[in-house]
Amino acid sequence: MAFIEGNTGIWEYVIGLEVHAQISSKSKLFSGSSTEFGASTNSQVSLIDAAMPGMLPILNQYCVDQAVKTGLGLKAKINKYSVFDRKNYFYADLPQGYQISQFYYPIVENGVIDITTEEGIKHVRINRLHLEQDAGKSMHDQSPTSSFIDLNRCGIGLMEIVTEPDMRSPLEAAEYLKKLRIILRYLGTCDGDMEKGSMRCDANISVRKPGAELGTRCEIKNVNSVRNVMRAIEYEAMRQVQILESGGKIDQETRLFDANTGETRTMRSKEDAHDYRYFPDPDLLPVRLEQEFIDKIASTMPELPDDKIKRYIKDFELTEYDAAVLCEDKMVADYFEEATQNVNAKIVANWVTSELFGMLNKENIDLVDSKIKPVHINNMVALIENGTISGKIAKVVFEEMFKSGDMPDKIIKEKSLVQVSDSTSIKQVIEEVLLENPESVEGYKSGKDKLFGFFVGQVMKKTGGRANPTMVNDLLKEMLQ
Amino acid sequence: MFYSTKGGRIMSELTKLKISEALELLKNKKISAKELVTSHIEQMEKCKNLNAFITPTIDYALEQAKISDERIAKNEMRKLEAIPVGVKDLFCTKNIRTTAASKMLSNFTPTYESTVSQNIADNGTIMLGKTNMDEFAMGSSNTTSYFGNVISPWRGAEGEELVPGGSSGGSAAAVAAFASMAALGSDTGGSVRQPAAFTGLVGVKPTYGRCSRYGMVSFASSLDQAGVFTRSVEDAALMLEAMMGFDEKDSTSLNIPVPNLTKAMHESVEGLKIGVPKDLMEQDGIGRSVLDMWQHSIDILKSEGAAIIDITLPTAKYALPVYYVIAPAEASSNLSRYDGVRYTHRAEQEHMTLDEMYEMTRSEGFGEEVKRRILIGTYVLSSGFKDAYYTKAQKIRRLIANDFNNSFAKVDAVLLPTAPTPAFGINEKQDDPVAMYLNDIFTIPASLAGLPAMSIPAAMENGLPLGMQVISKALDEYSMLRVARGLERNIKIDFTPRGF
Repeated sequence: MAFIEGNTGIWEYVIGLEVHAQISSKSKLFSGSSTEFGASTNSQVSLIDAAMPGMLPILNQYCVDQAVKTGLGLKAKINKYSVFDRKNYFYADLPQGYQISQFYYPIVENGVIDITTEEGIKHVRINRLHLEQDAGKSMHDQSPTSSFIDLNRCGIGLMEIVTEPDMRSPLEAAEYLKKLRIILRYLGTCDGDMEKGSMRCDANISVRKPGAELGTRCEIKNVNSVRNVMRAIEYEAMRQVQILESGGKIDQETRLFDANTGETRTMRSKEDAHDYRYFPDPDLLPVRLEQEFIDKIASTMPELPDDKIKRYIKDFELTEYDAAVLCEDKMVADYFEEATQNVNAKIVANWVTSELFGMLNKENIDLVDSKIKPVHINNMVALIENGTISGKIAKVVFEEMFKSGDMPDKIIKEKSLVQVSDSTSIKQVIEEVLLENPESVEGYKSGKDKLFGFFVGQVMKKTGGRANPTMVNDLLKEMLQ
Repeated sequence: MFYSTKGGRIMSELTKLKISEALELLKNKKISAKELVTSHIEQMEKCKNLNAFITPTIDYALEQAKISDERIAKNEMRKLEAIPVGVKDLFCTKNIRTTAASKMLSNFTPTYESTVSQNIADNGTIMLGKTNMDEFAMGSSNTTSYFGNVISPWRGAEGEELVPGGSSGGSAAAVAAFASMAALGSDTGGSVRQPAAFTGLVGVKPTYGRCSRYGMVSFASSLDQAGVFTRSVEDAALMLEAMMGFDEKDSTSLNIPVPNLTKAMHESVEGLKIGVPKDLMEQDGIGRSVLDMWQHSIDILKSEGAAIIDITLPTAKYALPVYYVIAPAEASSNLSRYDGVRYTHRAEQEHMTLDEMYEMTRSEGFGEEVKRRILIGTYVLSSGFKDAYYTKAQKIRRLIANDFNNSFAKVDAVLLPTAPTPAFGINEKQDDPVAMYLNDIFTIPASLAGLPAMSIPAAMENGLPLGMQVISKALDEYSMLRVARGLERNIKIDFTPRGF
């Protein structure tokens, strides 16, 4: 929770979000056209998408599956009866003259997403998730006199996910969006890519004195990144506070966020609000779902991030932080789990979160492109565990694996990196070191304990870091007596 | 028969054939597809003044006739091989202009074919042309077409021009004038049955969902259903068997096998229970001859062994206002796609804003009646009025359907007149939309309930035909045709317009 410091005291943010998540599906919601991103303009448009006379929508069953799956992932109620309505308005990139959406009977209701805040876990309630069509794209910058329309996006299935006004700071809104994105990606129902527009956010914002009635809200349209959602909320809330504190009233309106200036401005006032004339689409039948069907989808659900984090903490004794980092991306979690087969997961977690992520970040490489695969880490940790290499040598091995993609045993062999664990050889090296440094030996014996580290260093140096550190410690102590 | 010897045939008489007769002659090679088609093309020429066709497709028809003759020669005749038909200009036809009788679509040529027109073509029918109609199927007299009024082949007592009914007036006129053996129509609130009644034809609207709506320009989606005009019940059965059937391209299409309807031609009505809604019979404003026809039809069915049962349809009196809320509501949305952006007419003017382009395009592109219904539809759906109009109408629609369902627990078919009057003059009722809407008072209840309904010519009033309507329960086209055939067998009136 965060408050806004006004001249008349503190104000509370009240935030609700509407996310349009593009459904991961090869074809559109009501036609067979492809949904592939980046195709040449108007190359993925069917007769239905272009709203030719006499063309009728046919519901894509896969999109229904995806919505149900998402609903289950949001711990929501799946409605066995839902209805497609027409939302009527004219726009050049809306060929039908109406958008097919679910207004009165959405397919999913009453879900929840848990987010982590400074005060602990917070439940953000999901009011509804409904299915609807995307519109096409208007391009106004191609010619000074004409606008152009690209209908490739027109008719692509969206899930509109609407929260209750439960968030109380820009940060909470950001956490919600990130969490939602993680869940959608786990489920494989939306790729969550805000840059490509496959996840878009409208924010409803009002302010109030803590504990007071809800204030009048404004809706900020189409904010295209998590950061901009935070900026838009901050700006908008401050604007409202200033109006209220100078004795003004908030007009309920739709506003646009300008990412260049960081400001919001009026898009349309309440008076100009569309009358969408919603009514059930007579071209489509109501969607009726059987419990059996819902159960079948439920049986295909992956483990969700919250459950996974809990399991990692419990079974692998990971810290909450490490568990959360590993679970942020299902691909990372899968990678991690594959690397933990029969070895200590905690050690694997350390290598993945610090060394691997560090190097990938530094070199700007994606995990999928990494030459180090789970099997590499798994083998390496096994070698550490059975004493073949030390942790220190492992770092050398790791760097080499990162560069070449070779397996650890090959690297160890080629670079002669096998740990020296036989006491005779180690003793021999220690003897040499002690003979070469008589003053230090004297000094140590006269009480300069700190010199112990110096001897360890010398032994490691002579063995090229390969000596078993525990044995070096033990033997040094013994021989320095 | 006039055509018993090859060469000695009188071409114009070929247009008088029943479909089954024509098929028999084709099969026995007594006539050729080319002769059959050519005779109809000649008849089209002769009655050009009726304005029944918007786009004749003569070259296409002759080409198809050639193909038909080849098939016949190879004994590969299809079920309706070479039967010349008209297709209402509401059905999209591939590479053939489809206008819905609107300026808005006056230059629109689809790249696709409607399922129903495809279905009959697959069975061998040959399209002679796209028939005239009320603009976007909105009208009861075929006086709202951008391409001009259709004139009925029937004339008034003084020889005055009459309307053929609407909205499928061109299809009705074409079949009544022997310029097609059958014609496709569409029926939203009576647009097949009422013109059939006005022109002395059989006109059938099957159960909602029996015919695919794919490729049929939408007027009111929850009511629109393809139908057919013929000159006999048997011809209608043959056409319906070809038209109907499940189509995955229409979500409201019913996945139920098509019944063998021609079999119903040979079954009597004995044992059938016929419901007569007493409450409707007793209401004011029904003409004497219509009541006489009704009673006469009841007598026929009774004498043929059917049981006559009194029923009531207490909510049917609300059907008209309910229809004129729901149909315009859906139309206002369905017609939004005609916006000037893509394939429609577009207003030409420099420096238009998008809104101006919409306003001018739609002002120019739509006729009066279409605009009236878009305005009504927009109004009844608008916030603040929707509950009072649209939502309420939907509730009453359900009550009307329930009334029918209750009746069909007791009876197999319901008998009603098709229209309250015979055809009227072409200039009558033009300034009074409500009087015009009253034409549909008997056809609308079955439309709202999605039931199969048909009109068959059953009497004459001052030289003009009147139609009797048979309604059956959903999917029971079979019983409906049995009843209609029972009436047809016993009505000995020649329903040929004077001079044809």
